[in-house]
Amino acid sequence: MSREASVLFDVPGPKARRRNLIIGVVGSLGLAAFLVFVIVRFNDTGQFESAKWDPFQYSGVQQFIFDGLKATLKAFALAAVFSILLGAFLAAGRLSDHRIVRWASTTFVTFFRAMPLLVLIFMLYLVPGSQGWWKWDPMWPLVVGLTIYNGTVQAENIRAGILAVPKGQSEAAYALGMRKTQVMTMILVPQGIRTMLPTIISQIVVTLKDTSLGFLITYPELLAAAKLIGGYQDYNMPFIPVTIIVGTIYVAMCMILSAFATWLERRLRTSRKGKPPAVVPPTQAELSRDNVAIV
Amino acid sequence: MLEVIQDNWDLLRHGFVGTLKLTVVCGIVSLLLGTLIAACRVSPVPPLRWFGTAYVNLFRNTPLTLIFFAVALGFPKLRFNLSYFEFAVIALSTYTAAFICEAIRSGINTVPIGQAEAARSLGMSFTQSLSQIVLPQAGRAAVPPIGSLLIAMVRNSAIASAFNVTELMGTSAEMVENGYKSLWVLLWIAVGYLIITLSMSAALAALEKKLAVVR
Repeated sequence: MSREASVLFDVPGPKARRRNLIIGVVGSLGLAAFLVFVIVRFNDTGQFESAKWDPFQYSGVQQFIFDGLKATLKAFALAAVFSILLGAFLAAGRLSDHRIVRWASTTFVTFFRAMPLLVLIFMLYLVPGSQGWWKWDPMWPLVVGLTIYNGTVQAENIRAGILAVPKGQSEAAYALGMRKTQVMTMILVPQGIRTMLPTIISQIVVTLKDTSLGFLITYPELLAAAKLIGGYQDYNMPFIPVTIIVGTIYVAMCMILSAFATWLERRLRTSRKGKPPAVVPPTQAELSRDNVAIV
Repeated sequence: MLEVIQDNWDLLRHGFVGTLKLTVVCGIVSLLLGTLIAACRVSPVPPLRWFGTAYVNLFRNTPLTLIFFAVALGFPKLRFNLSYFEFAVIALSTYTAAFICEAIRSGINTVPIGQAEAARSLGMSFTQSLSQIVLPQAGRAAVPPIGSLLIAMVRNSAIASAFNVTELMGTSAEMVENGYKSLWVLLWIAVGYLIITLSMSAALAALEKKLAVVR
């Protein structure tokens, strides 16, 4: 790309290429220096000592991390599915013909999008218990909170996808005598899903990231497992090693999902303008048939 | 429900100011850092571009709670001792900067290359074309997403409460401990956040209206 022009710079000539090379070398050296500084600091504070890394060979510790991962994935799967369902429901409400339904869903969406997710989760965690309404496992406040917040965002994604379908499509469907439900399920959703799918998956990545908030309400997920292992005296308090391990797991999971979203976006974008259907020119016999009206 | 505010006015005000302070400092730091990384990401120098891409991919795919966890609890173990407020600024800004970088980059991408070519063929110098043609258009396209990112940052700042920072959400623990109903405490805190986020949305809408051009 350095050989191409962009809006920001022209194609570099010999002088600019030399300058870019110098900037590149200096920048790389700066980054390398930073990296060396970090590694030296890690080494000085004894983060590379084998005593701090040994515990991760114990099957008990591995099992503990694995259980945390399972708890994270469980909350994530529930929240992802429920949030898309809620999103579809709210999007349908926002696109409704009835003013009251539209108004109610818009208020719901606006309110819960403006509120911090953490406040919502703490409300669901603390309030039912303190008011004596009901008791529930800390997983449910997390799942319900994630569902409500991400559901409102997914609703906007779904709505945007449906509104992106050209108006002629729904007009044509209505002209054919379809009902509103038919237009929605047979015309608008199948076409809109192309536009909305990448953003829906990107939001699912956000849902996955936000499951880590469960750590703050004592849900025993991955980060909570990390904190427990990291503070264990018998294992030399391997806080930094466990953070590196758990961080890698989180980043890997999110990156795979993000890469899937990017791949899907590219694929759906290119296939939109697929090859046009092959047109077979009519034969002379067909043209000269009597029943062909030549206008 | 009102006695929660009456009795804890000072505490709530303290928390509200803390959140505002965190918002302003993190907003400035993440805008600067985001611009710097965006400059790396679109620069003609390959190593800087790689760095920008790696930074964005890493931080966009890391949970903010994990960053807070690593910074607030991990840095002291590496003998970086700062205040909890500074830890929160580092965590929140490094995370937000990755998103701001992407907003700026996509803003630049909306400017068609013909604009730069036309500017050059009119005899404008490189600096003129950048400062009068390219960046104003890119900035206009980048303002709405940056605004929503900053609003999201305010909501995310609530996580700092779990890491010993004095801010709005953090005041809830003390009030609940003092025997106030968590329902009202959290509702009032939500109102506090809504005041900040909704006024930011209003300011953003006004700004967008001002920047809008008829095409």
